[in-house]
Amino acid sequence: MTDDTTTLASSTPWVPDRPARWERVGYLLQQHGAVIVLVAVVGFGTIAFDSFATAENARSIVVSSSFLALIAIGMTFVIISGGIDLSVGSLFVLGGVLAAYASPAGPLAALALPLAVCGAIGLGQGLLIARTGMAPFIVTLAGLLGARGLMLAISDEGATTYLVRDPAVAALGQAELFGLTCPVYITIGLALLGMVLLQRTRFGQNVYAVGGNEEAAVLMGVPVVRTKVLVYVMSGLLAGLAGALNAARLSSGVTILGIGLELDVIAAVVIGGTLLTGGAGGILGTMAGVLLLGVIQSLINQVGTLTSAFQQVVSGAFLALVVIAQRQLSKAQRL
Amino acid sequence: MSDLTLNLSQLHRERVLAWLQEYGVYVAVGALLVFNVMFTPHFLSAANFRTQLVQVSPIVIVSLAMALVIGTQGIDLSVGSVMALAAAVVVLYLGYGAVPAIVAALVAGALVGATGGALVAYLDIQPIVATLALLVGIRGLANVLVPQLREFRNPDLIALGSDTFLGVPFVVLVAAALTVVVALVVRRTTFGRQIVAIGGNRAASELSGLPVRPILLAVYVISGVLAAGAGVLATARLQASDPTSLGLFMELSAITAVVVGGTPLSGGRIRVLGTVMGALLMQLLSATLIKHDLPQSWTQMVQAGIILVAVYATRERGTR
Repeated sequence: MTDDTTTLASSTPWVPDRPARWERVGYLLQQHGAVIVLVAVVGFGTIAFDSFATAENARSIVVSSSFLALIAIGMTFVIISGGIDLSVGSLFVLGGVLAAYASPAGPLAALALPLAVCGAIGLGQGLLIARTGMAPFIVTLAGLLGARGLMLAISDEGATTYLVRDPAVAALGQAELFGLTCPVYITIGLALLGMVLLQRTRFGQNVYAVGGNEEAAVLMGVPVVRTKVLVYVMSGLLAGLAGALNAARLSSGVTILGIGLELDVIAAVVIGGTLLTGGAGGILGTMAGVLLLGVIQSLINQVGTLTSAFQQVVSGAFLALVVIAQRQLSKAQRL
Repeated sequence: MSDLTLNLSQLHRERVLAWLQEYGVYVAVGALLVFNVMFTPHFLSAANFRTQLVQVSPIVIVSLAMALVIGTQGIDLSVGSVMALAAAVVVLYLGYGAVPAIVAALVAGALVGATGGALVAYLDIQPIVATLALLVGIRGLANVLVPQLREFRNPDLIALGSDTFLGVPFVVLVAAALTVVVALVVRRTTFGRQIVAIGGNRAASELSGLPVRPILLAVYVISGVLAAGAGVLATARLQASDPTSLGLFMELSAITAVVVGGTPLSGGRIRVLGTVMGALLMQLLSATLIKHDLPQSWTQMVQAGIILVAVYATRERGTR
């Protein structure tokens, strides 16, 4: 059955008194499957490896996942709105280089410059997508190339690595409170903010409406263009912020990061239960997806004999399984 | 009155865009050639043309496959990883001789293509996610099989990468032959028409009794085989298997070539010659910028601009 025929099938008269328990189970599984799997995998790791369930290991998973998580928050908005943003990996590395470049002027400049540039690139992409109707996939692909080019132009073709010498800037990435670094708290704060924005505000509902059925959203008077533009601006800002914080953590604007990062982010969002067709999903699932990828990597490290290449195999297989399961579950709901 | 002039200018713009979609890539390639002949020293030499063509050949082969996939309204992000897998498999089986090794690599590509095709055609997964999972997983698999760069000394495989026939490298001949084959398949065979029909309107194709799922599966298998072939050729030219970096970003180059060549991402139309020209344009562009001492960063930014212009010209217009 194709998309078109399922739509036809679902438009046949709906029988209201049909027992909906299975549907509800399917819906819950799709929305919270990532959380359930995360708990299961953590449980397995705790039993299988003595050195897995330690505070140190948990800390390292959370700290290293926080940058992916920041970008994934923006990507969740983009994907729920029915779009995709391939430029985030390039914006992440561009943000880092810009933050290190501006770091002599203090922490405010080190945050403002990357946010301004990455936000502007997001704005340009959003305007092209929303106003001209070009495919998000291809506009942000151009953004990926353009932003990486810009990064190379700033860093003398990647030959110059700007260092962060100002301790106030480095503190943005390295300062610790209760054993967790500053970026972790920023990520948690922004994730909560993102949840409220998505579930409790008109903007959030507009994002769902645009992704669910754009034509219907237009007819209902949803400001489709503005919503779409804002979503890409957010994604750009968050990727730039993640890059800046990462540069602060590493004390330098490393130019070789971020290649293929957009794919990790999309994988985390999809594993978290957000549908790539748009209109459904949430931040909580995305956070579970990010942590799940981090935990899988940690487990593979625990085994020791497996290389990091093996992690890619597992991630790829996992992504495929999740998408198949989602597809079957959403079919079950439509029956 | 003002309405009328507005409509006329609108009509004019539409016509310019349509013309740009149809012939823009040829004009751009021609303009770049003229520019280079006039301003680039040593451009008009056989050695230079040979280098450019050898470099662009794997991209052309992958782009042809990508054009078929995009024609069905799909996309195949796994091509670069399939190239890496082919590089790994060919060097693993080289002990049995060059031909069995190449066959093994092509079979591996076909299997990956069949996996992606099955996910897309039979499980109704969106092409972009299905092939994204393969992109991540297959690159990892290739690295697991051959963890680091491995050189080889098989004379047959080295010959495939470096020998020439009448002065034209084998690699280029293979790419040219495949271009002709794909062009014939698209224009002259039922299969080609079916691909375009599915991309144009899948529901209508299904209702008119086309075997939609098997055709989709076949298209992804073809994509896998061609990508594996490109991987074998690139490995033969390198004289080493490099699964870590071979084919990185190939999916982006191929999609760019297809889109710049005037094939709309919305499917239903395949421009084979345009795709080859699109690949040539990007190759010429980066060669031109390099020869005039402009850095890599410029190349990427100019490429981004060209992609945007090309997609703007080919995007779905109201008149369609």
